[in-house]
Amino acid sequence: MSARDEILARLRTALADSPPPVQVPRRYRRVDDRADLIAALVDRLEDYRAVVHTGIDALPRLLSGIDRLAVPTDVPADWLAGYAGELHRDAPPLSPAALDDLDAVLTGCAVAVADTGTIILDAGPAQGRRALTLVPDRHICVVRTDQVVGLLPEALTRLDPRAPQTWISGPSATSDIELNRVEGVHGPRRLEVVLIGSGA
Amino acid sequence: MSHPVAPATGSGRIRTPLPFPTAAKPAVADTQLRANLHRATRTIRAKRARVVDEVPDWEALRDAGSAIKADVQRRLPELLEQFEASATAAGATVHWARDAAEACRIVVALTRAAGADEVVKVKSMATQEIELNEALEAAGIAAYETDLAELIVQLGDDTPSHILVPAIHYNRAQIREIFQRRMADAPADLSDEPAALAEAARAHLRRRFLSARVAVSGANFAVADTGTLVVVESEGNGRMCLTLPETLISVVGVEKLLPTFTDLEVFLQLLPRSSTGERMNPYTSMWTGVTPGDGPQDVHIVLVDNGRSAVLADPVGRPALSCIRCSACLNVCPVYERAGGHAYGSVYPGPIGAILSPQLTGVADNASLPYASTLCGACYDVCPVKINIPEILVHLRQQAPHPPAERAAMRVLAWVMRSPRRWAAALRLARTGAGPLGAYRERRTGARTLRRLPWPASAWTRSRDLPLPAPQTFREWWGKQ
Repeated sequence: MSARDEILARLRTALADSPPPVQVPRRYRRVDDRADLIAALVDRLEDYRAVVHTGIDALPRLLSGIDRLAVPTDVPADWLAGYAGELHRDAPPLSPAALDDLDAVLTGCAVAVADTGTIILDAGPAQGRRALTLVPDRHICVVRTDQVVGLLPEALTRLDPRAPQTWISGPSATSDIELNRVEGVHGPRRLEVVLIGSGA
Repeated sequence: MSHPVAPATGSGRIRTPLPFPTAAKPAVADTQLRANLHRATRTIRAKRARVVDEVPDWEALRDAGSAIKADVQRRLPELLEQFEASATAAGATVHWARDAAEACRIVVALTRAAGADEVVKVKSMATQEIELNEALEAAGIAAYETDLAELIVQLGDDTPSHILVPAIHYNRAQIREIFQRRMADAPADLSDEPAALAEAARAHLRRRFLSARVAVSGANFAVADTGTLVVVESEGNGRMCLTLPETLISVVGVEKLLPTFTDLEVFLQLLPRSSTGERMNPYTSMWTGVTPGDGPQDVHIVLVDNGRSAVLADPVGRPALSCIRCSACLNVCPVYERAGGHAYGSVYPGPIGAILSPQLTGVADNASLPYASTLCGACYDVCPVKINIPEILVHLRQQAPHPPAERAAMRVLAWVMRSPRRWAAALRLARTGAGPLGAYRERRTGARTLRRLPWPASAWTRSRDLPLPAPQTFREWWGKQ
């Protein structure tokens, strides 16, 4: 008997007592009633030591300090207005070593969750491949206010489960040494969020 | 299925080589270790309590999490078939492993087929359970742990002592010493500041990440309806391993399933707050088979039984399979706080280990673990999926083999306690007998306890003191008032 068939048979035998069907009680909150989601998101992001900027006008100033910038191929042109440094579009795909050489990456996101301060990338528009937001040491992420939801259950309904996903809550961190939180281990050491759109 | 196949127990690092009281002795005597453990568990307890308190629907989330897992257990065979079909359709290759040795053989063969002689690893309980690093080494393949705590433990030639923070038993000075001794590229003037130690680990692993061809991971969740795997982490070492290499092999216990992608809305709220005491861990990665042009193009999933079918076969003990490895139960356990993780022998320490390990191996092979508890119930209170650990502990104690002397003593005691008259007489006798001894011990030590009894009762006093009867009972005192 193959391992597959044997394991499935073992599990079926183990359930010989026929446990009764289970009703899953979903009484938890699925929609947020908070008045100001944006303020909540900013509070949570800053609690994680992400740096938050407001308005698309913040971008040129932010980018002017960056010499070599990686971007996904479909980054909106107005995000890069006036950028004078070296621009590295991810086409053909940049190698890990090439990405390691760059100063920062600029992307958008799919959804942001106010309750937990989480930004979710699902390889959709203006987000690019996963490696792009991983190897450079600084990640600048543009979040449109219409992408902000209150709670995780609201976020999941907006995502495509088949797309590779990266959920980011603040910069890379470790608490392995005497439980002291240290920002910056292997992922980007700096996360900067630019909030754009009405209500930002 | 024509012939029913009996559930089988597991192998690997899930057995305690020594009885728990013996294994716990050095830890309890090590004041540095106890201080490290006390500080660490107290810190995580406080963080967890704070972020749990701010969630108004925490109990509703626990109820949902508990019910979803009960549903998974009830439908495990069909959900596994569904997961296999979804993951395969998305471009992954699914393998099945009956036990630890078979799982290791599969990973070794896949690594060889990829032409690699080294792998980078994401922290994973399942790979520790099957002793994968040892199997890879025996096959001439170097395995590099990339989680900071796992790296500390690996460089220290040690084993993890906590599910979530495997190096919890080390302080910063000890970590600095390990890095200087074993990390060839550590800076000569390395300080013991956590930031400097983390930076040394970053530099040490960076090139390895950028050039690795094969990565090995576990998974926190496996979603049946989509074939998605989920890994939750903090440092980005997980993202590095899951994204950059060409081949990705994930070792996943069969109990890790969730029925639907939507169910993640419950578990991704329960897990981070229960484990690290954060609202959300810094990074969560999800992948479904292969995505052309993004991430590993050769994706394998090894589904492991290794004793889980035996756990499923016990209707009382079955909920142990609901465990999401958050380790909240370790951090509130008075026994874990004093004994540390190594005393439990298994990769699963603490209260959850005390019920999971004996069920995975068969209770006779891990008979001391169900006793590694005070039954105080703190673990049940904090468990995000409401596993009734004390109830399962008592259930397993009943299955553990008891020595003949203990069985005889308990039979006599049961006979005495069945009759109020016999019980009162026995108490009177005990008081009279122990009266002078109790008074003597109280004068000498300030406590009415005995440290050592003669054989065969010495077995009982090996790990506890015997309280002597009080000079008078409450009823006698009441009668005099």
